[in-house]
Parts: sequence; C-alpha cells; structure tokens
Amino acid sequence: MSSLQEGEETPEIESGETELEALLDDLIVDRDDHENAPAFVIRPDTVQETLGRLKEEAGYDHLSLVTAEEYPDRYESIYHLKKFDDPTDEVSIVVPTDAENPVSESAEPVFRTADWHEREAYDLVGIDYDDHPDLRRILLPETWQGHPMGRDYDQNRPQMVPLREHANPLEDDHRSESDSDTMFVNIGPHHPATHGVLHLETTLDGEQVVDVEPDIGYLHRNEEQMAQQSTYRYQIMPYPDRWDYISAGLLNEWAYARAAEDLADIEVPEYAQIIRTMGAELCRIAAHMLAVGTFALDIYGDFTAIFMYAIRDREKAQNILEDLTGQRLMFNYFRLGGVVWDLPEPREEFFEKVRSFTEELPELLEEYHDLITGNEILQMRTVGTGVLPEEVAKNYGATGPVARGSGIDYDIRRDDPYGYYDELDWEVPVEDGCDNFSRLLVRMREVEESAKIIEQCVDLLEDWPEEERNIQANVPRTLRPDDDTEIYRTVEGAKGELGVYIRADGTEKPARFKIRSPCFSNLQTLPEMSNGEYIPDMIAALGSLDIVLGEVDR
Amino acid sequence: MSSERELFRTDDTQVQTETRDARMTGQGDRFNSKLREVFGSSPFILTKFDKFMNWVRGSSMFMLQFGIACCSIEMMHTYAVKHDLDRFHAGVPRASPRQADVMIVPGTIVSKFAPRMKRVYDQMPEPKFVVGMGSCTISGGPFQEGYNVVKGAEEVIPVDIHVPGCPPRPEALVYGVAKLQERIANGEASPVTVKPYELEQFGDLEQDEIVDELASEIDEEDLVMRYNWADSP
Ligand code: SF4
Repeated sequence: MSSLQEGEETPEIESGETELEALLDDLIVDRDDHENAPAFVIRPDTVQETLGRLKEEAGYDHLSLVTAEEYPDRYESIYHLKKFDDPTDEVSIVVPTDAENPVSESAEPVFRTADWHEREAYDLVGIDYDDHPDLRRILLPETWQGHPMGRDYDQNRPQMVPLREHANPLEDDHRSESDSDTMFVNIGPHHPATHGVLHLETTLDGEQVVDVEPDIGYLHRNEEQMAQQSTYRYQIMPYPDRWDYISAGLLNEWAYARAAEDLADIEVPEYAQIIRTMGAELCRIAAHMLAVGTFALDIYGDFTAIFMYAIRDREKAQNILEDLTGQRLMFNYFRLGGVVWDLPEPREEFFEKVRSFTEELPELLEEYHDLITGNEILQMRTVGTGVLPEEVAKNYGATGPVARGSGIDYDIRRDDPYGYYDELDWEVPVEDGCDNFSRLLVRMREVEESAKIIEQCVDLLEDWPEEERNIQANVPRTLRPDDDTEIYRTVEGAKGELGVYIRADGTEKPARFKIRSPCFSNLQTLPEMSNGEYIPDMIAALGSLDIVLGEVDR
Repeated sequence: MSSERELFRTDDTQVQTETRDARMTGQGDRFNSKLREVFGSSPFILTKFDKFMNWVRGSSMFMLQFGIACCSIEMMHTYAVKHDLDRFHAGVPRASPRQADVMIVPGTIVSKFAPRMKRVYDQMPEPKFVVGMGSCTISGGPFQEGYNVVKGAEEVIPVDIHVPGCPPRPEALVYGVAKLQERIANGEASPVTVKPYELEQFGDLEQDEIVDELASEIDEEDLVMRYNWADSP
C-alpha cells in the first residue's frame, strides 16, 4: 500500500494531510491511502460527523463518488471527496462495516448527492444506510433477489420481474374525488422526450409539476461486472465506449485509460497525448451537437431543421473519427500507454479534412445561434426556467455543462490537467444564468473551444518530426498492478466529471471497478429544477441536462 | 378514467397467445386483414388482393420511434439527413406504438425493460414486424455474460430480421429494412419461435422457491416475466 501521492502534488498534500488529521483526530481509526488521495478509516456511526467537518471546515464541498464493496470479512463504503475550487485536493473516507450486519450511517444529510449513490450501493452490494431518507433499489427491479455485486451472488438463479412495479403513480389517475386537479402521469420508459429509457413518475397539479421522481435502471447493463471480468490490457477498453454512447467514446476511454495508467505507472508519449486530445475534442463536438439538436427537438417538438443540421455536422465529425479510428461510434482506439495506430495516411489529406471541419464551424455555429439562441420562442421557453442555483448544483455533485451553466467554474481538463490540455490555449466557458438557456449556451461555446483545441493539435501534429511519432509506450502484455492498490481518477467527459475507481488485487483483472457517471449525479437535480414549474419546463430542463441513459444506469 | 380500473391488467393476454401461435406455425393469419374477410372466398380476387396488400405494406412502413441504447444513435442517423431511410418508404417514425407497424429494437434489453418492451410490442396493431438492430438484440452482445441483460430480443418478442454489428452502420440497417420489405412484399412471414419469456399472471406460475419468496410482494393478477438465466443461451 503506497502512502504517498507521486509527482508534484506531494508537498501540499502532505501539509494538508496533517491538518486533516488534526481536524478529524478523534474520528480516525486508521489510514488506508489510495494512489490519488489520503484515505482515513472511520467508524460507521460517524459518517455524518466526519463528512460534515470536512465540508464545513476543510472545504471539501464535492462528494464525487461513493464506492461500495464486499470483502470476505467486511463491507466497505468509500466516499471520494474533492473541492470544486481545486479538484486535485482530494480525500477519501473509508467506512468499513460488519460482515453480518452491514449498517452504515448515511451521508445524505451532508451531501444530497449521496442519496442515489447510497441507494446504488444498497442495490448492488447490499449495504444498509442508516438515516437514509428512501433506501430502495435503484437500478434493479424491486423484486430482485440478492445483491449482484456481492460475493455470494448466484447469477444463474431465476428472477422474476413484474410489469406493474415501478409504474405506479398510474394506479389511480387522481388522488381523490375532491381534489380533481392532482394527477399522476408516467413519462417513459418509452417516450421520445426522455432521451432513452428513463421513467419519470410525475405528480401534477393542473399543469404544474408538484413532484417528479426519475426512475432509472432500464438500461443497467452491468458495466462494472463486465469490467471486473476483463483484463486491464485489452479487454476493458471496448466497454467505456458504451457508457456515454453519444459519440463520446474517446472521452470515456480516456477515463479508464487515465485511471489504469496512473495505477500501473505508465507514461504516455507526448505524440499520443496530442492525438488523444484531438480525438477527444472531436467526440465532444459530436456529443454536444446531438445535445443541442435534441434539445431543440424537445422545445420545438418536431424533427426540424436544427436537428437535421446537428446530425449533418455530427456526420462530418464521425467521418473524421472513422478515418482516425476505423469505427463510427464504438472506437476502441485508446490503448493503455497510447493509441492503437497512428493518423491515417495520407496525413495531409486527413489534416485537410479536420481543418476544413474546424474552419467551417464558426459559420455553422452562427447559423445555430440564429436558429436557436436568437429565436424568441426558444428564449421564452428556456430563459429563467429550470433554475438550478449554484449551491444546489454543488450539493448534488453536478458537473460539466450543468455546473458551468450554474456559474461553477469547474473543468477537470484545466483544473486537474491530463493529456495535452495544459499546453494549449483555450478557455472554460461559464454562464451564471443557472437556467436552461445558460446550459445550452455553455454547450455551444464549448464547441467553439473544442474547435480551437483541435486546430492547435493539428498544427502540432503536422510539424511533429517523423522519427518521434511514438504512439504507444512499452507496456507489458499482461498488466498486474500491485495487490491492494486503489485509485480514483476523473476526466472531463462530454457530460461532466467522468471517473473510474479501480482496486487491484494483484491479478490481471480489477477486483473492483466503479464508474462515476456525471449524468447519474446531474439527473438527480431534475426535481430541484422542475418542482413547482410547468410541465413543458420540466421537459426543457430534462433536455438541458443532456443525460444519456447508458451512462446513468451503466 | 374510473378509479376502479386496474391498470396493466388487460385482456390482451388473449391476443398475445394468438400472435404467438400464428408465428410458431409460420404463416397463418399474420397477413390477414378485415378487408380480406370482406372479399370473401373468391380465390382470384383474394390472391391478387393479397399481393397488392403485401406490396403496399412493404412500400409504406411506419416505424416506431423507439430508442434504447447505443444502437439508437446510429438509428437516428439512419433516419436523418445523409442516410435518409425515407427514400426507402420507411422513414416515418411514429411516437405511438398504436400507429406503427415496424419496430426497430435498437439496443440492449435488460430485465427491467423487457416487460415494457413486450408491452409496447403488444400495443402495435397486426401485422407487425420487428427488426433487431445490433448484437445486443441477437444475443446480449458484449454484455451477454452479465447478470441483468436479456440474452437477445427473441427471448421476449419475435424478430423478423437481425442486423448484426455493434453498432451496425446505418447502411447495414437500411439493408436490413430493405430485406424486410422484400419479405413482406413476397408474403413471407418468418417462422419465429418465441422463447420462454412471456408475460404471465403471477398466479398462473408453477409453485417454486422463487414464487414462494415473492408471494407476499406480488399480486396474483400481476403480469410478470420470469427469467431462467441458467437456460438462456
Ligand atoms: S449492439 Fe453494441 S452498439 Fe448496439 S446497443 Fe448493443 S452494445 Fe450498443
């Protein structure tokens, strides 16, 4: 178990560590450091106290992820904390619980976002959270038998899933005879406005939303189990493409690559980093294009010009990505230590293609602005609706364009740099309107910034000396990271902070693989944005969150 | 909207069984319509009329707007500019299953979603056709070994055309749809066998350990789907 953070962050973390130790002095039972952060072990009945102190007094205001795992002799929940001001300043709180009776105090009163995270831990691993407001299954059906990520789960056991369950605001359309304005409506799981298979249980008072409860799990594809069954070196990489499948494949692959490379101490050659950066930003453009297109679809309600334009421009990005990676959507292009192959030959032609795409973009965006942001109808629907104040967004762990639309200046690419981002010249767009319109603007401005990044990468790649085009570091055929090393690393995905937690056990497959999905946290804010608003505003708010269910449910 | 009405308990269990039987025997009533009854028994007109109807069906397909997972992104591209499925008389996505006659199943089906998908399928009027898009609808695809993934759409509903790929390119989907049209125009119904996962009433299930365990949670009359993971391919 290594106890120190490598690299330049070591000194400040160390001084921070003593302060933290002093702050939590009476609560710490043990140390169990992770590769990315110091980790303190505490008793299961002091979770709120510990997290409360860290949040109020030490400024750790971002609960990024809750990981849970079952060991032969205990259950363990890990709270990964960060600061919105400085995501490199991390600390993990490890909460072991009894194997027989796994009860742990809930962190929900301190961080709202813990609500869903703990429900997931309960659902998949089987830890009970005391003081949790609503501890039910979240991803699996209510009638599921057993906890599939637990150690003694029998996968071959038959299961039964009723149709009725989870559907139930519909049991009676009206609450009572005297109160005829209160209505229950199910939206989804098959509904065009839910962007996939999301189920919203809404309670309406006339046209106003009294309450909305997102019901997820209709696309829970056991991604974590799949990763735990696969080897680090080659087998895991295809799966990330399928988390956020809106062309954001390379961004997701980077999340895994970053965690695994840091875990196994792999240095990625600079040339490969530039290719990665370029590819990832192309993915971001494609993903944001779809977000903008479908958002307009939600607002105007038809397959109109904007949607078609967005698809047209995505096609261009996808064509370039296909030239680069060989696939339109599921790229599987990154390898640990680099990328799988070099740029396509003839290189000039490829550069030409990329350049013409980025050069065209400002003009295209102009068109989009004319059609969307300059449109009065859209402004009426989006300005001042779906308001998500900064503090609330932080409390829910919202990240990405959702956080940046609420005035939170937080972008992993800049604040916790990886790849080649810190060498390039670009900006993080932030809007402080906190409404649907701001989130839309942020995405559109991010497209511009991504184009800037791509242009700079192309310039660099063009002048790169031929003999130094090193696309992959030397990585052994089988990777076996040291036993009991743990790491949590994040990157800026298309939807926000996308993270991967890995615990190695000395074999060539991870012992625990946990995905921090930005959409999962972002979606949690929906009730905050739409309760009390009109129902069309809720649809607009959902569209502006830009969720993708593959990532929410994993 | 009377408040006594029990939802999700409908009489279409009857319809389901008929559909299934028809499909198992291969042709049968699948292509029949009310109009055909009107024409009565004149064999000449009937044949011609059938041919004509089949041609019409194949040439004007209303697709269900149905997105599940990654494959739906490629499906959207197939509908939109560039690939434009409309060129092949199949580009009108309908948001309601009651207006659609072809369902493209674009993605991974998991245990929680399968009953819903079955429900949507049952709501489509006959004759209806299904195109399975992607490896997930064939076998569960990359997630085949998982605890929660149904091993192919055919476990739940009959599938006429499988388009392999992960995801299939839009061109492949267009080809799949074209093949379906060809079959419809020729009056061929695929002899599809539906595998065991049907929606059944909980009370009708054989008593076993799982049924006992869930007896307190599930109502006798609830429709349920039972997954025998061990028997899945
Ligand atoms: S076949 Fe592949 S692309 Fe299609 S839904 Fe399955 S995993 Fe996604």
